[in-house]
Amino acid sequence: MDTNSLFCSLELVAGSGHTLNVEQRTALETSSAILKRNYKFHRVLLWGKILGLRKDYFIVQGRGEDEIKDRKNLYSFNCVDWFVLPTATDSMIEEVSKLGTGQFIGDPSFVYEINKRAEGPEAVEEEGLKVTEETRLAVTVHQIDEEASVVPRGAFVRSPHSLVQINRSFGGLSDAEANKLHNYLHFREAKNVKEKSILEMGDLNPALDFLDVLSDDIPKGSWSLQFECARKVCVLRSLLWLGLTFYHVPMTQQHGYIYTGDGTKNLNLPFML
Amino acid sequence: MMDLFNESMDSRQQSAAAFKAFMLKKSTKSNLNLYDHLTRLLMKVMDERPHDVVDVIEDMSREIKLTVFEDKQSTLRDLPQTTAAEQLAEQQRLLFAWLEDVGQEEELVETPFPNVSEIGFYLEQAGVGLGREEMQRIYLALKQLVESHGLPRCRLWGKILGTESSYIIAEADYREDEQVEEEEQSTDEAAEQEESEAKEAEENETKEDLPPQSIYKPPPAVPKEAIGVGTNKFVYYVCNEPGLPWVKLPSVNPAQITAARQIRKFFTGRLDNPIVSYPPFPGNEAIYLRAQIARISAGTQVSPQGFYQTGEEEGDEEETPHDNCEVNPDFEGLPVAEMADSLSIWAHHIQHILQQGRCTWVNLATKPEDTNEEEDDDEKEEGPDESEPEIGPPLLTPLSQDAEIFNTPPWSTKLSSTLTSQHAIAVVRSNLWPGAYAYAVGKKCENIYIGWGLKCTGKGYDPPLPPQPQKEYPSGPEITESVDPSVEDEEAMKEVLEEQQAAQEDAEETDEEEEENDD
Repeated sequence: MDTNSLFCSLELVAGSGHTLNVEQRTALETSSAILKRNYKFHRVLLWGKILGLRKDYFIVQGRGEDEIKDRKNLYSFNCVDWFVLPTATDSMIEEVSKLGTGQFIGDPSFVYEINKRAEGPEAVEEEGLKVTEETRLAVTVHQIDEEASVVPRGAFVRSPHSLVQINRSFGGLSDAEANKLHNYLHFREAKNVKEKSILEMGDLNPALDFLDVLSDDIPKGSWSLQFECARKVCVLRSLLWLGLTFYHVPMTQQHGYIYTGDGTKNLNLPFML
Repeated sequence: MMDLFNESMDSRQQSAAAFKAFMLKKSTKSNLNLYDHLTRLLMKVMDERPHDVVDVIEDMSREIKLTVFEDKQSTLRDLPQTTAAEQLAEQQRLLFAWLEDVGQEEELVETPFPNVSEIGFYLEQAGVGLGREEMQRIYLALKQLVESHGLPRCRLWGKILGTESSYIIAEADYREDEQVEEEEQSTDEAAEQEESEAKEAEENETKEDLPPQSIYKPPPAVPKEAIGVGTNKFVYYVCNEPGLPWVKLPSVNPAQITAARQIRKFFTGRLDNPIVSYPPFPGNEAIYLRAQIARISAGTQVSPQGFYQTGEEEGDEEETPHDNCEVNPDFEGLPVAEMADSLSIWAHHIQHILQQGRCTWVNLATKPEDTNEEEDDDEKEEGPDESEPEIGPPLLTPLSQDAEIFNTPPWSTKLSSTLTSQHAIAVVRSNLWPGAYAYAVGKKCENIYIGWGLKCTGKGYDPPLPPQPQKEYPSGPEITESVDPSVEDEEAMKEVLEEQQAAQEDAEETDEEEEENDD
């Protein structure tokens, strides 16, 4: 969620149980202004909080010209001193998927490794796979953004230069539209999970509908749509990444998402529905 | 002359009137008439005074024809439909109504419901909470609950999120008359069960050609704990949104708790939703919710050492576990820094649930007392059901003794703020039940749970496999198949038999010969 609107949007997502206390909020607002200037971001978003056993990570995302491609993540323990997270590459993702299990510790230099035992006379020497927690954090943030970031339809436009930008004339979804899951889109490079027929494409607008729709996610039912705060705010919660909350106030421009959780994917989802 | 003039005027007027009438005639296609159209057109020209008006007159005429339809007033009126938000607002408005006859006598009595605004403030410091407005609404809803049900004491337990809607849960003490009601209810149920069983037995006797009765006896059900004890110490009320009516959850029995330990399901937000799972859960979502609340309370309700004290009784042995503890009025508070550092000064104040599903162990192998006492003496069978008594950690165990599961320490502690540590509060967070928090500062301490109602499973959830199918009949010699003899065996048998026969015949011949010899 945008750091400009922290004071009101944190109340709207508090229905999930987590919020920032006043000290952290003020520290964040101050330091995000400095970050914006130093890294030349167009806007700074509070991405969320990953809970670790000893300490929690606060994560912030800076957006540049293109909202999808120019993204940079930073982490901090006290919302004042920020460190850049490396961009996740495919090799990093693979390493973390083998080693990164259990909860986050809270120490970015902690090293996850497997103890390889020599098996028999043909001891195969494998390179000891090691992954630091910082890498694991970068990969987790990237994966959550890929699989669970949400925006309402119409909030972002793709310009003819293929730049994804905020739609300044987005008036918000109406009450009826806000109830339907197909008005919410994944905020990532479109993967076109489901082939659309020409009839369906006829209703769509290529400037607005360039992203994948949430209702095409497998398994169906992995998103929970509710109205909170006396039915004023539409809240979407992901059941695949427990802790991701998206909020939107219908008929206004306010929307955003935040992740507060332990950074583990809920692989038991098919048993739980 | 004037008459002629008048006549010609009249005729001209008449023809003018006739023509006007003609112009006023409505067209059959568009319901317009030429007279009104020309009037509007000329008025428009007078108002706008465009350049080269004669060239654009046709376009203006067309525009007027297009716009004329909007002037007509529709005979339909908007029917305002109440949206869901408006309905909820109506219900929540009642929360703000206050009774005028609540006198000042109430201030002397200890308030039965907690100061939720204060709790909300401290929880916000800890980074947990539901937002100020929502907490305020919940506060008013709790007040309504206490007043309408006449509860002696009540507390906000927390919120459990669901896929369609969430539950807000309040914990309260049982009223004294409810204990009697519950006992009557349970005896009624037992009586009904016995009656239905008796009826079934009668029906079975009258039928002929009964299929063989199953000799399977289900293991005896563990009896549930009484009201006010162990897992049923408190009663829980839930609602979906503050302002909606509170629903009371039934008391829990150990079979439900053991079943809840084996399944992993999301809550949907509807209390009557059936739980489809394996192993089959005995009940619907209301009962599953109650079982999870019991497990979460037993696992995560903590407070600093000394906040609760056990009730002192005379002649207490040290080995008997205490069942009850009460708030210690002499608690002086512990320094916050100490509380945030070590776990040994925090303690559980709710009893741990044993493997059996209860807080106090019950020996199921003891036979009921109405069998013949003689038989008891003769055949005291200590069957395989006899188990060793289960012992759980006693009440008020410090948290440092909690077992580690899946290589993660079960609790994390921290101070709410490092910059202003003089006024910070100590926060304890559970890693086994994500969403369970407890805070303490000075003499105040509170627990809350806001989460999905699921325990952390570490790697993955393996649903239990179905049991082995039961053998239908005991295997004995008369029904076991024997192997058919092969050809060599048969030949061998035949030879042996022939030899025996030959030997017998020889014996008979020798007998006959002897007899003949004798003769």
